[in-house]
Amino acid sequence: MPGIEVPKEKWSGKVREVTLGATAAEGGTRARTVTVGGETTLPFLKFEGEIPHPPAIAIEVRDQPPSDWPALLLQAWDGATQDVAEWAKAAEAAGADLVALRFNASEQLSAPYARQVLRRVLSATGLPLVVFGPGQADWDNEVLVAVAEEGKGERLVLGVCEEKNYRTIVAAALAHGHLVDARAPMDVNLSKQLNILIHDMGLPVERIIMDPTTGALGYGIEYGYSVMERLRIAALQGDSMTQLPMLVTPGEEAWRTKEARAAEGVPAAWGDYVKRAINWEVLTASTLIHSGADIVVLRHPESLRRVRAMINALIG
Amino acid sequence: MALTGLQIYKLLPASSTNPEVKAHANCKECGYPTCLAFAMKLAAKQADLSLCPYVEEESKRQLEESAAPPIRLITVAGSAKKLEVGNELVLHRHEKTFYHPPGLFVRVKDTQPDAAQVAKAVADYTVDYVGMSLSLDGVAVEAAGGDFGATVAAVKAACPFPLILMATDPATAEAGLKAAQGTTPLLWAASAENWQAMAQLAAQYKVPLAVLGPNGDLNALADLAEQVKNAGVEDLVLDPGTRDHASSLAAFTQLRRLALRKNERKVGYPLIAFAGDDITLAAQHIAKYAGFIVLDQFDPAMAYPLIVLRANLFTDPQKPIQVLPGVYEINHPGPSDPLMITTNFSITYFSVANEVESSGLPGWLLVADAEGMSVLTAWAAGKFDAERIAKTVKSTGIEQKINHKRLIIPGHVAVLLGEIEEELPGWEINVGPREAVDLPNYLKTRWG
Ligand code: B12
Ligand code: SF4
Repeated sequence: MPGIEVPKEKWSGKVREVTLGATAAEGGTRARTVTVGGETTLPFLKFEGEIPHPPAIAIEVRDQPPSDWPALLLQAWDGATQDVAEWAKAAEAAGADLVALRFNASEQLSAPYARQVLRRVLSATGLPLVVFGPGQADWDNEVLVAVAEEGKGERLVLGVCEEKNYRTIVAAALAHGHLVDARAPMDVNLSKQLNILIHDMGLPVERIIMDPTTGALGYGIEYGYSVMERLRIAALQGDSMTQLPMLVTPGEEAWRTKEARAAEGVPAAWGDYVKRAINWEVLTASTLIHSGADIVVLRHPESLRRVRAMINALIG
Repeated sequence: MALTGLQIYKLLPASSTNPEVKAHANCKECGYPTCLAFAMKLAAKQADLSLCPYVEEESKRQLEESAAPPIRLITVAGSAKKLEVGNELVLHRHEKTFYHPPGLFVRVKDTQPDAAQVAKAVADYTVDYVGMSLSLDGVAVEAAGGDFGATVAAVKAACPFPLILMATDPATAEAGLKAAQGTTPLLWAASAENWQAMAQLAAQYKVPLAVLGPNGDLNALADLAEQVKNAGVEDLVLDPGTRDHASSLAAFTQLRRLALRKNERKVGYPLIAFAGDDITLAAQHIAKYAGFIVLDQFDPAMAYPLIVLRANLFTDPQKPIQVLPGVYEINHPGPSDPLMITTNFSITYFSVANEVESSGLPGWLLVADAEGMSVLTAWAAGKFDAERIAKTVKSTGIEQKINHKRLIIPGHVAVLLGEIEEELPGWEINVGPREAVDLPNYLKTRWG
């Protein structure tokens, strides 16, 4: 009997490789760099293509312990959240590949303050950094421009860079040798369009990471899942403006949900609070990794450990 | 694989090489003006082949085979619940949709004294998600050296869900099948060593049979499945024998592609996966192609996220789940109780309604027709603006039910405050919290 032949897709495209961070030799101060992308097939299908780099895990740290994080999450860092430099060190010790520094929208947030925080984080950890502003376009501009200048040469990822504010952030990335996190609201065409706008300003494609936005398990993850699959398939089919590694923030989304926040007053069928909350973050992240995420930003050290174990198991 | 209209036309009398058959071409007896028109209706599944009396036997066979789903639909049943898996048509949900959510089973061993208790816990477990009551699907009973028949009987008595009988020794398997009579369990598994005896049992007891291949060797699996089928068992489930993330992903993806893209009948069956107690492996199998997923433990903190993930990935991407716009009464509100407004996206509506309901506070919840979108999505798409909000207030008759003119809007659309005030003169618009979790506290402290 003739054997069955395993069908292999003959993809023509390849995701670009993007390197985050710069060592002293490369004009920065990072102990090491992290490269993502380079895939020539869908996630982990090694039987038909290359997966040169495993997805990277970033841990989110804040300049101040955020008031809206559940206690479970803050306690997991064992006091380190009181000081952003300690927190970044703890993230590195927990095994993160990247530190995602995010500024809270607070009164003290100003350009000089942001510079000082960045300097402290850079000296506390040797990992490459992703830096997010407080999440309001004008304010993000102010903070990120200062950060870009202060971290010159470090190949930081500046985020989020949206349609509303991409010009200022891209200009800062161009001037100081950084990358951008290009975020569009869950739409293949909007993602492409933003990548084109950014590229048209002169930023090389190798310095753009795209962020298709996502939702948490139970709160819209299926949309994020499918948009990422479609973007990745377009990339492999040869559509150059989608051939960028993808970053998503499952930690932020998952820890906003009631399942991750409510320890009491919920149905018994939801199960043990601590296990359920962490499972919520882990499944949000693991599902998005299966649909093409190259960088996931997480919050809990146990989620980091478990998502890492899954990636290792998949990379083999 | 489904044929196109033209492919079907090639099999109808107008294309026949037999002059006697061809003589009927376009005779209209089927009720359509031409054979081609009939072929198009068949392709669109709007007509039945039996309407044409002249189709040749060989064409009929080919047409019937092509109409069979590329992945066979398999049914298992307990005493009070059944599960259908298979019949999937796409590799990626955005290509159409995923149809039959994989069954989630919990494994117990026949050496385990509490097997029946676990089975009962599985049966009793239900969880509410956006208004749907969701549950696990069954119990897998494994022969591990205990009294298999007695354990199956006890599990069956404790749990009305379908069972998977895990026994590779035919005599043991038969003891289980006898104990399970009256239900339709899945029998696991026929392997290279025991397949004749297992096939015979599956045929005799009329149950679907899982075929276990040697770790990841799909050729061996396909050949074994073919042999079992030839021995008279049509309802098969495939187990490629992989148990880790990487090799499972490769095997399950390849099997799905073989069935859908290559129309490979030998592997056109649902797949069974064993995830142990690893939640990421179970989740992988929900996204990547399992029909049955067996977990080694029952833990609500693990079951709930998996059930939600399954519900999410198996919703039709073309239609967001919605609730009907209108006035919803929560906890028997009176005329002076709070009035809130939200959108008709199911996830949004239930996050709000569940919060208010479980707080015990009475309230009126207005649901605007936002075309099934979440608050911010609808706002960004112009489907939840001041005009629509005002229209919802005016058209639902809520003004006759309450004695005040105060409306709480979601915190995320605080920017609409001024415009809504303009659209609803005389009304006081209150900006509520951003997340629904904070609503009960808001209502307690800020309403009154
Ligand atoms: C999933 C999603 C989609 C899905 C749609 C899902 C759906 N059926 O609605 C898709 C992919 C289709 C989509 C499309 C778009 N989206 Co969209 N989407 C999201 C996403 C990821 C999650 C939304 C969600 O489901 N949340 C969960 C539900 C439960 O939240 P919610 O409705 O807000 O309800 C909560 C609260 O508001 C509160 N609440 C609700 N009602 C009430 C009532 C009261 C009284 C109170 C007090 C509280 C309250 O309780 C709930 C739980 O806390 C968000 C980003 C994010 N991560 O949040 C972007 C987001 C909402 N989308 C956005 C945009 C811009 C769009 C598009 C316009 C983009 C485009 N592609 O053109 C389109 C618009 C649609 C169109 N043109 O057809 C933006 C909105 C930007 C803004 N802030 O202005 C967001 C925020 C993304 C972003 N950061 O840019 N989107
Ligand atoms: S019955 Fe219809 S399909 Fe059959 S030969 Fe006549 S016209 Fe053609």
